Amino acid sequence: MQIFGLYNYWIVIILMMIGLYVVIASGNLIKKIVGLNIFQTSVFILYISIGKLQGGTAPILVEGVTSYSNPLPHVLILTAIVVGVATTALGLALAVRIYGAYDSIEEDEIQKQDATS
Amino acid sequence: MIRAQLPVLQVVIPLLAGPVCLLLHHSRLSWGLATSASWVALFISLALLDQVLITGPISYELGGWAAPWGIEYRIDEINAFVLLIISGINAITISFARASIEHEVNEKRGHIVYTGWMLYLSGLLGIAITGDVFNVFVFLEISSLSSYLLISLNRDRRALTAAFRYLVMGTIGATFILIGIALLYMMTGTLNMADLAARILSVSDTRTVKIAFAFLTAGIGLKAAVFPMHFWLPNAYAYAPSAISALFAGTATKVAIYLLLRFFFTIYGVEFSFETMKLDRILLPLALAGIFVASTIAIFETDVKRMLGYSSIAQIGYMVLGVSLVSVTGVTAAILHLFNHALMKAALFLALGCVFFRVGSVTRGDLAGLGYAMPWTMGAFVLGGLSLVGIPLTVGFISKWYLIVAALDQQMWWLAVLVLISSLLALVYVWQVIEVAYFGTAGDRSVKIKEAPAALLIPTWILIIANIYFGIDTSLTVGVAGRAAQALLGTAS
Amino acid sequence: MLGLLTVTAIAIARMDQLFAAVMLFGIYSLLSAALFVVMDAVDVAFTEAAVGAGIATILMLGALALTSREQHAVPRSRHWIALSVVVITGAALIYGTLDMPLYADPNAPAHLHVVPRYLQQSMQEIGIPNVVTSVLASYRGYDTLGETVVIFTAAVGVIGRLGIVPEGVVESKTGGMEHHLILRITAKLMLPLILLFALYVQFHGDFGPGGGFQAGVIFASAFILYGLVFGMRSVTRVAPSIVVRTLAAAGVLIYGGVGVISLLLGGNYLDYNVLGDQPKDGQHLGIFLVEFGVGMTVAASMISLFYAYASYKREE
Repeated sequence: MQIFGLYNYWIVIILMMIGLYVVIASGNLIKKIVGLNIFQTSVFILYISIGKLQGGTAPILVEGVTSYSNPLPHVLILTAIVVGVATTALGLALAVRIYGAYDSIEEDEIQKQDATS
Repeated sequence: MIRAQLPVLQVVIPLLAGPVCLLLHHSRLSWGLATSASWVALFISLALLDQVLITGPISYELGGWAAPWGIEYRIDEINAFVLLIISGINAITISFARASIEHEVNEKRGHIVYTGWMLYLSGLLGIAITGDVFNVFVFLEISSLSSYLLISLNRDRRALTAAFRYLVMGTIGATFILIGIALLYMMTGTLNMADLAARILSVSDTRTVKIAFAFLTAGIGLKAAVFPMHFWLPNAYAYAPSAISALFAGTATKVAIYLLLRFFFTIYGVEFSFETMKLDRILLPLALAGIFVASTIAIFETDVKRMLGYSSIAQIGYMVLGVSLVSVTGVTAAILHLFNHALMKAALFLALGCVFFRVGSVTRGDLAGLGYAMPWTMGAFVLGGLSLVGIPLTVGFISKWYLIVAALDQQMWWLAVLVLISSLLALVYVWQVIEVAYFGTAGDRSVKIKEAPAALLIPTWILIIANIYFGIDTSLTVGVAGRAAQALLGTAS
Repeated sequence: MLGLLTVTAIAIARMDQLFAAVMLFGIYSLLSAALFVVMDAVDVAFTEAAVGAGIATILMLGALALTSREQHAVPRSRHWIALSVVVITGAALIYGTLDMPLYADPNAPAHLHVVPRYLQQSMQEIGIPNVVTSVLASYRGYDTLGETVVIFTAAVGVIGRLGIVPEGVVESKTGGMEHHLILRITAKLMLPLILLFALYVQFHGDFGPGGGFQAGVIFASAFILYGLVFGMRSVTRVAPSIVVRTLAAAGVLIYGGVGVISLLLGGNYLDYNVLGDQPKDGQHLGIFLVEFGVGMTVAASMISLFYAYASYKREE
């Protein structure tokens, strides 16, 4: 029972780590941003899992229903999603400009160009 | 009535000045607005500090909802002091910014600089003032996103890669913090700092809370550029426009260090942080390694802005060192150094801003002969540099003095010796610059170089004079830092 | 569901074709939105679908179109560094789960503290059935102001970096798809529906899932569709970039301004109770206004982002 109750969290952790792996391992700037998005989205799932309540329903008050899932994590994650997309937009804009300045979005090539110039 | 609303005005004035700057769509006008908002923010922070020292901690309920249901602003000695540091450095650097930014950033983007600047300021003030951990995350992101923007506005293309790298590292850090908050929330059901501190006691032996501690420390440590998580900092400082380098150097990492103090002492408590987690045994070696490695790299760095960036990493090491001693004197030294380092580093970056204004480069070789061509600028650099080394009569000396006293209190004389040796390293890298400026053979080019304009020199010298003033009259700084340290350590007993 | 997510994530990690990786990310995001529905988070699901699968994916595709489509293989050394970091972090997290309350356990501390007040009293204190909206716009309304500022900052950042053409009509290299008759007619039919739906979501957020943020994204998508089909020239004639930018700033100012008004009326910042004769009326008015501000900033910021990407020209 113990194992089953935590299984959900473990999968979420694996998802987060795949995202983090992509961020660190990938030399391509856009792929890094994709990785960041996976990492963040998985953290969102972690939060929403905290909010889930056995037998609860969506937190919109209706007559006759007494058990609702926890709305607070939902609110926090709404905020976090917006923050995530804001970061993504800015990161991608930077990547586009970097491509304009270096003709590449590969980290190693950019470093090479900086070293020689 | 106004007095009761000061806590929220501290943050909201710059926050709303940001969008207005964008609407003005004019570089000079938006600078004027941003500068006025900055000075107002400075006066508010002074008033708040004054109030806290008289009446004790202030609490402000946003939206009129009581904590922990609503978001609370909570100001005590430590964050009142941090608010003063941020708004003070900000007011000086933005006064410096007009001439410097006009010179370094495309005219059409002038108003965007000040929009970003105001958002950055409100983000930092928001982090420092709040008593709610999720609100910290939100304002952290405001300040981070605007700082990525501010760095990338420089014309140098390396600014773009520096900003990108900072963005990736910063987002990883912020996500770690988010994970930490999730775990804490899971175990306590609250996001309010004071409420967390009370409720954490009953679950402090769970593995979840310990891992939350690790993630928060790592995430904030990344933002604070604590060695070895510092890789983003030197380039971010070096390739930002000059005025913005000074702003960052005086404020960004300071807020992150403050957050660490908040989590270690107020939320988790001394007992958990340093007895259960044995944090001091990790921080002490990291601090020392940071000081020596970064100082050594600084000696070999020829770009003076990057050199100062590495020096900042070393200086952050001193603050962490003070914290790791877990004594009132040690923490006092750390808080003092927050203030003092902000003064000296911002002054040095402003002096470099003057150099860049006239010379267009801050590579060490290009500074040859400037000691005579730009006497006021280089004079400021020398005094700021001496403060960095820790010569008596400057603020740098005061920080080191308290640090050494704290080390000796705990019979760690070897540590005191190491601090002294590390100061010699600082002397070496500062001296290299001075040597070139005063004794380097000036090429024929430097003959034509004029002294920087007064609009740049006056803010620079205000900071230099502050470096000396607070090096002599320490009653304000040591008094407040001491009280803050007692409050932080006293929470556990 | 979680299994599918894992498979998708691994596929993204292994994919060298960036285009495919981005499309897979869109799927990943949609899958997580579905998962959020299962976990009762309807508002979040709505937003994740609109933002993650919609906006973020479009932005990534836009960035790909302006750069290159393939990535170099990951070097061996880097692979091992990344793997070790990830394994250590993941192991730490799993260790941390061992003392966690079980999934969906009704006795978890998160369900027992703070939240009960939202669920039991928000009807009396605020008077709207959607608790997420109550918490978002009132109890923790200040966070939401921060969130609005974040998206505004990003829009300013992208404008500042990509350099949007200052005012008037934007000339674009992509002429739109005026020649495709079916596309044009479908788009014309769709546009009013999308706009109507956006308005519905904006003003229905009190009762069902939705609110300013989701509405803003949907509203913006109508303009993006218009721009894609009819070309940048036509869309900037309808909504010149200077107007859009002004609206983005104005939205933040509306939200912040509501707070200033409550200050002037003698309440704390963002205390809506003082806005009306009855606290509940004040709450209604306050939430309406701030949601409006959020919707405005989000829609305008998203449209600005689109303009910036679409009109970007490389400086040679």
